[in-house]
Amino acid sequence: MKMTRKGFLQLSGLSLIAIAAKKMGARKMLRGAAGGSASEKREKTARWGMVIDLQKCRQKEGCNRCIKACHSAHNVPQFADRADEVKWVWKQPFEEVFPFGQTQYTRELNAGLPVLLMCNHCDDPPCTDVCPVNATWRTDDGVVTIDFHRCIGCRYCMAACPYGSRSFNWQDPRAAIPTVNSDFPTRSKGVVEKCNFCEERLARKLAPLCVEACEEKALVFGDLEQPDSEIRKLLRSRFAVQRKPELGTGPSVYYLI
Amino acid sequence: MSVLEKTLVGSRRYWLWIACLLLVALAGFLYYLRQLSQGLVITGLSRDVSWGLYVAQFTFFVGIAASAVTVVLPYYLHDCKQFARVTLLGELLAISAVTMSMLFIVVDLGQPARILNVLLHPQPQSVMFWDMIALGGYLLINLVLARSALNVAHEHISPPAWIRTLSIVSIPWAISIHTVTAFLYSGLPGRTYWLTAILAPRFLASAFSSGPALLILLCFVARKLTHFDVGREAIHKLAVIVAYATAINIFFLLTEVFTAFYSEIPDHEVAFAYLFVGMGGDHHLVPWMWLSFLLTLFALSLLLVPKWRTDSRLLIVACLSVFVSIWLEKGLGLIVGGFVPSPLGAITRYSPTLAEWGIVCGIWAIGALVTTALYKITFSVWEEN
Repeated sequence: MKMTRKGFLQLSGLSLIAIAAKKMGARKMLRGAAGGSASEKREKTARWGMVIDLQKCRQKEGCNRCIKACHSAHNVPQFADRADEVKWVWKQPFEEVFPFGQTQYTRELNAGLPVLLMCNHCDDPPCTDVCPVNATWRTDDGVVTIDFHRCIGCRYCMAACPYGSRSFNWQDPRAAIPTVNSDFPTRSKGVVEKCNFCEERLARKLAPLCVEACEEKALVFGDLEQPDSEIRKLLRSRFAVQRKPELGTGPSVYYLI
Repeated sequence: MSVLEKTLVGSRRYWLWIACLLLVALAGFLYYLRQLSQGLVITGLSRDVSWGLYVAQFTFFVGIAASAVTVVLPYYLHDCKQFARVTLLGELLAISAVTMSMLFIVVDLGQPARILNVLLHPQPQSVMFWDMIALGGYLLINLVLARSALNVAHEHISPPAWIRTLSIVSIPWAISIHTVTAFLYSGLPGRTYWLTAILAPRFLASAFSSGPALLILLCFVARKLTHFDVGREAIHKLAVIVAYATAINIFFLLTEVFTAFYSEIPDHEVAFAYLFVGMGGDHHLVPWMWLSFLLTLFALSLLLVPKWRTDSRLLIVACLSVFVSIWLEKGLGLIVGGFVPSPLGAITRYSPTLAEWGIVCGIWAIGALVTTALYKITFSVWEEN
């Protein structure tokens, strides 16, 4: 078949539009319209998730073992200035995390109680959609991950994340790492980072460091796609909440209040 | 002889102006070298307010670029003869505005050396991908249109037939660049200040008000310095366009305020409250936001009365007010309002640093240089005729 230049241009234009439409809309629309159809298709693969039992978490006051374990293993820099802060796992008062999570009369009940925060590893993460270079994406196991070597530092993902889970390296982080763990990469300045659900450990069939570090067993990690997993049993038996579920992002981190 | 050579012949005053701009651009470049070596830590940005002046200025200048449509549309679609000359000036202004907005994106990147990843790993699901296509295409269209218009004037030939088609295409394309730029923000789930369907229309209204206002100011400057006049008729028509757009822009803003405060949904109220009243002990943007609002009301009152609008001096005051007002609203408040309060309710003060202003001024100087050079060529060609 002979193709004219015009025909070629038309065909390539149409193909581009088709690819774009497929990437942009098809996945979301399918999931929206058919409800569970997309997750059924994924049934064979895992979707890692976490349940945080806040009652157990606050048993030992001022405990930061999980945070320390994570930050030292992942070479997270320590900056004194709040503006420059880089954090993967941290604590924040209940009323800031769940501003509408209680009535005006029960507010005192949980006021000031620390809640453990990390990336929610959303089922439909808004941060990965916006990345202009595909430097951050959701793996088949449901982990939202970042390629530190591809990130151009535009920080669009930080604007898109409705949970404030992402940090940016405003300066060279290497000078601010207390002791470098040579098993995990350090980052350069100008890239975004966040909790990776210990992807490097999951690959070796190990639970995330924060889960392992918690002596109170307040963190339960597991496969949300397996109906008989411990995490699913826990979510069946107790009332759990997610952060801002109304945004439709499908957080994989659940809280037992 | 290439028309570009006309930029190399000029009076002392011309070269003095060029030298000043080069100096400011150089200062900006030195600050940028510092940012390259130390990182974005030299800016006032933070974990909570992760975009600031650079991204806001990018947005503002995409608006200025898009506003070329306010002269292109009347001239090409409605055959508005008075706009013959000002249309070319508008297209040239669009070229420098797009250049500036692209530079603002480059200086905002944490890893600018990796910018070609955008072409290497294109992501059609990212609005930024479409913004790149829209802006790149728009720059190209305006370069071709302006180049052709200059050739036509320089060599006394008639334009090729496809130029008209291209100029018609440039109209929806101009709308698209600012719409896509608004979609960068309005599609993000957690940023309620931006999460509004009227963001793109608001962007267009403020663009069509600030853009022609700047064009009017440039025409006055040109008349003063070069005795070159686009004609009273053209200026008056432009002033009417600014009046309409300013009115629509205020109307859009008020519809936003109504929805937020009559519904009383806290998430929709907070950003407005932070910007216009202050929150958590931080009031530093409040005077600027009110100044912006009052300036635009003041400008509208001047523009609405035909007697005032046709008075050159009052028109200059009105155009300056509109420009400053929208620069404050879009070039500063818009971005900060999306980040404060943060998703966790934190009020984080953002003030640009000296280095940040230095880099911004550098890009402004580059924009002024490009505009000066392009206008110089145009005036020289017109003078020949």
